Amino acid sequence: MRSFFFYLGSLLVGAAFFAFARWLGNDYLFFAGYTVLQFIVLATAWNILGGYCGYVNFGSAAFFAVGSYSSVALHKLGMNVDRYFPESLAGIAKLILPLNVPTLIIIGGIVSGLIGLGTGYLTLRLRGAFFAIATLALAVVLQTLIVNWDFVGGSRGAYIIRPAEVPFIGHYIQYLFLIMLVLSVVAIAVARIIEQSRLGYGFATIRDDELAAEACGVPTLKLKLVATTISGALMGMAGAPFPYYIGYLEPSSAFGLAYAVNSIAMPMIGGTTSWVGPLVGALLLGIIQQVATVTISSAVNLLIVGLLLVGFVIVAPKGIVGLVQDYMRGGARTDGTKTWRSRFAIFANMRPGAR
Amino acid sequence: MAASLLQVENVGKRFGGFVALDGINLEVAQGERVGLIGPNGSGKSTLVNCMCGTLQNETGTVQFDGHAMNGLAAHQRTHRGMARSFQLPRPFPTLSVAENLRIPLLFTAHTRSGRHLTQAESEDRCQELAGLVGLAPKLHRLPRDLTQVEMRKLELARAIAADPKLLIADESMAGLSQSEVGDIVELLIKLNERGITIIMIEHIMRAVMAFSQRLVVLVSGKKIADGKPDDVVNNPEVIGAYLGQ
Repeated sequence: MRSFFFYLGSLLVGAAFFAFARWLGNDYLFFAGYTVLQFIVLATAWNILGGYCGYVNFGSAAFFAVGSYSSVALHKLGMNVDRYFPESLAGIAKLILPLNVPTLIIIGGIVSGLIGLGTGYLTLRLRGAFFAIATLALAVVLQTLIVNWDFVGGSRGAYIIRPAEVPFIGHYIQYLFLIMLVLSVVAIAVARIIEQSRLGYGFATIRDDELAAEACGVPTLKLKLVATTISGALMGMAGAPFPYYIGYLEPSSAFGLAYAVNSIAMPMIGGTTSWVGPLVGALLLGIIQQVATVTISSAVNLLIVGLLLVGFVIVAPKGIVGLVQDYMRGGARTDGTKTWRSRFAIFANMRPGAR
Repeated sequence: MAASLLQVENVGKRFGGFVALDGINLEVAQGERVGLIGPNGSGKSTLVNCMCGTLQNETGTVQFDGHAMNGLAAHQRTHRGMARSFQLPRPFPTLSVAENLRIPLLFTAHTRSGRHLTQAESEDRCQELAGLVGLAPKLHRLPRDLTQVEMRKLELARAIAADPKLLIADESMAGLSQSEVGDIVELLIKLNERGITIIMIEHIMRAVMAFSQRLVVLVSGKKIADGKPDDVVNNPEVIGAYLGQ
């Protein structure tokens, strides 16, 4: 029943925002909203590995870029079927290509998920700073590969010319916004399902004490691979529609520092122990950054993130969720009757203590 | 003598140039209560780590319940029925006492029964385990709210939750008062009476003598004595190792 209300609530909130933005008739709301939703997916994906398992990933931008560049590669293939396919296959290829954005998202997720699996496999024995450095190295290696891969534009970048309108929806940005809205609900649902499952408990034991987890029968290496794969796949899915959003993709924008920093800062500020944390952090930071972009300058975005991160690490190391969870959990009456506060604590998976 | 549950043959382990275990042989029968003692640095914990898969032995073999354990990861050995508690309690700090007890139920209990426990069964089992060690009133508290002895009890209860055939209790009584030591010994004997074979590693001789049916002594990575507790503590070699020649 709780899950039903969760999905219903998510869809209603999304539909209300979409209807409001359409009523205002301002496409900028869709542009800004897309970025915020994209950060919700990225922050939630980062939190699956970083928050639930305690493995800090500095290479979020790499997974995001892999999703983006898989779309660029497939888009280019689709636009030049006669050039890249032998005559015998061109007919079949034209039936399939060019692919639509939802399909590209699935493919981007699979490619990034596989890279996540590979990264997990290669870094299985690393922990703490060593794992973080390895993920940073992954981003550098992948960026170097993309810069030197002419097919996707190399260092010059690649243009993606998107259609102006989509039937039944309207402007293409509205279509992209809707897709990212669905994707963010999917990402949050995945995180929420993980938290409430055996997998979530397994991840928590990995974060707390791997040696004790193994002694309790938790297959830690297998679970870490699952976490790196799911996290990588969701980041790639967030990146797949990005070339269509931005129109011109170059390595420095796809591998931008902002993605790596925001993916970490948003869950840290929101709270890493519940699916609510990355959502709240991404909404807060994403909206502040969008407001700052139009009122001051986009150059101050990273400064804002940095200052907020420092502030939260000092004042509220468990993030916003950590600040309110004791209050929420304290809502249960002594006779066991549930109140709205304790119900919310259960809904948001605010377990005892830091969880 | 009952059937052999654990067979450790010629197990050796080095850390660089330091020989931690030098050809250890040990056999433990089903249902036995074995005390494992030795001065600090004698290799007790290394032997436990090699048996449980936390460390891999370089020479020799470990057989458990008729199966070779060499090369198996720690969690796989837990699935086969070998559980341990740690010298320093290692509860999962962000999980409540009940959740700590739930972890082995979620990940291990099904491996031998063939099915996962339902939520209700799992909650009942947590209650039962917490009741067994006297932690029922603190089931929904965090480990940080527990006293030292409660932490040790949680450590033991979590090991038992894996439904083990063999429990290895690594210095479960360090730092406890006399009455608390008595509580833990009583608990371990109670568990043994339920059919769990137990190896207890301990420095507190009063507890070792009260608990053990057999005593094994390690010194500098070698086994120097193995027999009835009264005979072993009067063995001149053991006295020499503890008190100096």
